[in-house]
Amino acid sequence: MGPVTGAAFGWITAAKAVLFFTLLMVVVGMLVLMERKLAGFIQDRSGPNRVGPWGLLQTLADGLKFALKEETLPDRANKTFFLLAPCMALVPATILFAVIPFAAPLPTQWGLVEVIVADAPVGLLYVLAIASLGVYGIVMAGWSSNSKYPFLGGLRGSAQMISYEVGLAMSLVPILLVAGDVRIPNIVAMQQTFEAGPDTVGLWLALPLLVSFFFFTVAGLAESNRIPFDLPEAEEELTAGYHTEYSAMKFGMFFLGEYAHMLTTAALITVFFLGGWDIPFWAGDNIRVLSDGTVIGEPAAWKTLLTFGAFTLKTLLVVAVFMWIRWTLPRFRYDQLMDLGWKFFIPALMAYIMLIAGTILGLESAGLQPGLVYGAVLFAVNLAAAGLLFFVLDRGRIIGGGAYRSTREGRQKRMWREARERAMAAAAGGSGGSGTAPEGG
Amino acid sequence: MTESYLGIVILGVIGVANAAFLLGISHLLGTDRPTPAKAAPYESGITPLGDTRSRFSVKFYIVAMLFIVFDIETIFFLPWAVAYRELGLFGFVEMLVFLLILAAGLAYAWRKGALEWD
Repeated sequence: MGPVTGAAFGWITAAKAVLFFTLLMVVVGMLVLMERKLAGFIQDRSGPNRVGPWGLLQTLADGLKFALKEETLPDRANKTFFLLAPCMALVPATILFAVIPFAAPLPTQWGLVEVIVADAPVGLLYVLAIASLGVYGIVMAGWSSNSKYPFLGGLRGSAQMISYEVGLAMSLVPILLVAGDVRIPNIVAMQQTFEAGPDTVGLWLALPLLVSFFFFTVAGLAESNRIPFDLPEAEEELTAGYHTEYSAMKFGMFFLGEYAHMLTTAALITVFFLGGWDIPFWAGDNIRVLSDGTVIGEPAAWKTLLTFGAFTLKTLLVVAVFMWIRWTLPRFRYDQLMDLGWKFFIPALMAYIMLIAGTILGLESAGLQPGLVYGAVLFAVNLAAAGLLFFVLDRGRIIGGGAYRSTREGRQKRMWREARERAMAAAAGGSGGSGTAPEGG
Repeated sequence: MTESYLGIVILGVIGVANAAFLLGISHLLGTDRPTPAKAAPYESGITPLGDTRSRFSVKFYIVAMLFIVFDIETIFFLPWAVAYRELGLFGFVEMLVFLLILAAGLAYAWRKGALEWD
């Protein structure tokens, strides 16, 4: 069975676009509830539980409220950009997922349907291009409101997003080095566990490209403006940051855009590093459609469903980690944020890209073709690089939560502790070693 | 090949229509009782002082300029990475030279204090 061609292709593509867009909107709504429930769980309370069973209709009620509230329009605002800003925040976040494959191809009476809205050969470049549009919503909202808090939030937000965009793009370069292709279904096929086919690594890329995985996750978190990177809307300093002047549905659009962005980021992490729709340790889902239309493997409807389930599970797990981070970590200080982006991410990624390139060169000259051994060697190199980066070079300054230790308060506490320990040691030595160990510490 | 972009076009149309629908529904259903106090820019409840378009830190311009340099650098990375296996040692050395020049630029900006935020 070959891929779908002719008029059926157009109709099926349109149906897929409508279906997945609706699905995205529903899931985004559920994510809002999930976040509030999870926050409730973390803070030992119940979260929303009044609207519908277990609060399931809460988001619907919120949406209705957004639609019925009064829209304010600041008299000094630039109206065109003020209206355009929420659209620019929402639209890129909702069309980014077009090139993400959700499941194994589905056999139908018209041919083999790939479960992806647009199987564009530029896949990864499209992701980078659309993801970088997100900054316009923040800049426009901050500038056009003509009010001080949004202005400051917009400035901060744009500087933050462009800084981390460089890291985001650079952390994807090692994937291209290994895959040699920007078409996303090929990147997923490459990660199929234990497949010995041509140009596969046989491992989820989170292992052979561990350091990249870390950088991409952090940069993705920074791009979606969530804690610990939510400085553009730091509510204690800037009221609500760039969307202070927005109300009713226009605020709702920023809100939806943020959650859609988070969901898409999680889906991208899944696709690039967690094997996409691959089910681990099972060869039955090793199905791929080559760009010339040849099909490898045996597609079936139940396999499509199963792999879609695997993809959803992985994505939701990543989202849950994002939420867990939000309700656990405090916010960065602005200079720490910029230091992390420019002084750590960019030099480290430059060195890392050359390390991976050198490793691949070594593997190729040793006559090794991409496969399990290839992946294993890359994994070993990455483990070493991660150890070097996080423990030796970092010395507990950035990754080890050392930001606090470098503050005046942290230094003072450390000095007191050391003085106390010295005094205890002296007292213990003076009394002839009574055997009391220094307390605390 | 070109027909694979059809999905992106359709999705783009749906995305824009969705945004327009949300803007429209809020405009139609929402209450509308503007007062001068409501329309004033929010400044913690007091009458706005001065102009928003005031001077701000030059650091933001510097970050924007550095971003352009490094973003173009990543654009050069992408085709190199895709073709890397065919390029072999030549590609490696070439990119190493390119990166060293860039690293020198970053080190210069760092030494000059362009990356400091205090």
